[in-house]
Amino acid sequence: MMDATQMPRLLHGTPGTPHTLDQHEAVYHSTFRTSSLLDELSRSGLTGRGGAAFPTAKKALLIREQRGHRKYVVVNAMEGEPASHKDRTLLSTNPHLVLDGAEILASIVGAQRVAITVARDNPLVVNHVKRALHERERRSKRGPELELHTPPWRYVAGEESALVHWLDDNESLPQYRPRRPHVLRIGRDPVLLDNAETCANVGLIGRYGAQWFRGLGDEATPGTQLVSLTGAVAQPTVVEVVLGTPLRQILAAAGADPSPQALLLGGYGGAWLSGEYLDTPYDNASLKPLGAAVGAGVIVVLPRQGCGVVETHRVVRWMANESARQCGPCAFGLPALAEDLAHLAHATRDASPALGRLIDRAGVIEGRGACHHPDGVVRFVRSALNVFRDDLAHHVAGNACTGATSPTHYATVPTIERAEELIWE
Amino acid sequence: MGVVRRRSGGFVLKVNPILCDGYGHCHELAPELVTMDEWGYPIIKAEVTPLSDLATLESARYAVRGCPRQALRVERVSDDAGPIRR
Ligand SMILES: Cc1cc2nc3c(=O)[nH]c(=O)nc-3n(C[C@H](O)[C@H](O)[C@H](O)COP(=O)(O)O)c2cc1C
Ligand code: SF4
Ligand code: SF4
Repeated sequence: MMDATQMPRLLHGTPGTPHTLDQHEAVYHSTFRTSSLLDELSRSGLTGRGGAAFPTAKKALLIREQRGHRKYVVVNAMEGEPASHKDRTLLSTNPHLVLDGAEILASIVGAQRVAITVARDNPLVVNHVKRALHERERRSKRGPELELHTPPWRYVAGEESALVHWLDDNESLPQYRPRRPHVLRIGRDPVLLDNAETCANVGLIGRYGAQWFRGLGDEATPGTQLVSLTGAVAQPTVVEVVLGTPLRQILAAAGADPSPQALLLGGYGGAWLSGEYLDTPYDNASLKPLGAAVGAGVIVVLPRQGCGVVETHRVVRWMANESARQCGPCAFGLPALAEDLAHLAHATRDASPALGRLIDRAGVIEGRGACHHPDGVVRFVRSALNVFRDDLAHHVAGNACTGATSPTHYATVPTIERAEELIWE
Repeated sequence: MGVVRRRSGGFVLKVNPILCDGYGHCHELAPELVTMDEWGYPIIKAEVTPLSDLATLESARYAVRGCPRQALRVERVSDDAGPIRR
């Protein structure tokens, strides 16, 4: 039995050498609660770790209530965020904890099949999961059938409707969902979809219960979070932190620049936070008033010598290229935002009108895509307008800082592929 | 009691942005509900229009019928709560 205040909870072991099933059962004991699992989940207060922080039990209840004798659980380990590596780290450390959680969720909603989805661009992680599945197969088999699926890696491929669409029809394209809550379906079968880290937490709650889970974190935001730190850090790392830990402490744990200019929080659809707020507890209740969120656990550290305008441009240009190009406001609007940001980043003569256009266009695009991809970009851009407003004023005046022309960058941005070369299936 | 039905509640026009191809007719057919963005895609009034506004409801229906991609839909909204499920 693991103590309720013991850390780490999820990242127990060494990344890259995953626990075997035997090792796993030696660390986390092997008996599960069999009754009132949904109740425990509900009382645990667990929220989704994939970005939206939606209550996990609420979503499970919605799928449990659906009719249909065939249901699916989908484990989302697509990890579309370029600055995130927490899901692959988790699966390379404790794959069985994620699988335990998926099985528990399956028993809660009455699903017979579980799909674990890992981007095929991560062959090492795919192998770890394969091996874990083989190990489980060799044990006497009860419970749902577990299958591995490997869609191509794209930013929006991890969006829930895109992922379910890929499982259904081999295309990572988001779907239009006019009414909420929306029940995702493969064919006609209802789907419960949760992030890999969320599932790992369910694996703990299914063993030790809600009260145990609440042994770390506070009332409103219990539990831990896997945080991916990149940028001005000693080296990119994933640390498991108790929700509510001050940002300053998290940076120290990762050997990050102790007095950064700003932090990019959540992911590339998240928000910048000024470096003056390092004493803020890392949880959604505390970050929300500052316009930020824990999101997918991404923290990019921007040091003082970096340029926030340039970083924002780099990220938005890449995000624009990752649009699935199904919706006009996203397909045309995001490149337009990127173009405005290019003028600002390079402090061109057009920078001043570009700033006005950027603000107007952000307002026009918001809420008009089939998925939240454009909304995330708009949120990110607006946070930059706020956090880097002095720098923007300098860029508009034609005086870009030295950071703007430096070849060193901090936010990880993959090379931009030509639109016709992007793989969606 | 309750034999006479009043047209209470309202409606909003909704577009499926995946189906919508832009440069369309909806702005012409329902200018009071639809403006166009700089790329030719419709920006639809988000506020609820009362069902008693028959002229606007009529334009909304024209737009729905006139959309070549069948991307538009009139969604009823009840007085008190969210959209009525049908
Ligand atoms: C554009 C976009 C990309 C997303 N990519 C991912 C992803 O790569 N991995 C993930 O777990 N969730 C991703 N999400 C969130 C999922 O849609 C979904 O909310 C989440 O996986 C649900 O799991 P949770 O409730 O356990 O967080 C993305 C959302 C959006 C709008
Ligand atoms: S909003 Fe963008 S990413 Fe989402 S479905 Fe539409 S085009 Fe694709
Ligand atoms: S008429 Fe239909 S396809 Fe054309 S712009 Fe309007 S909604 Fe889009």
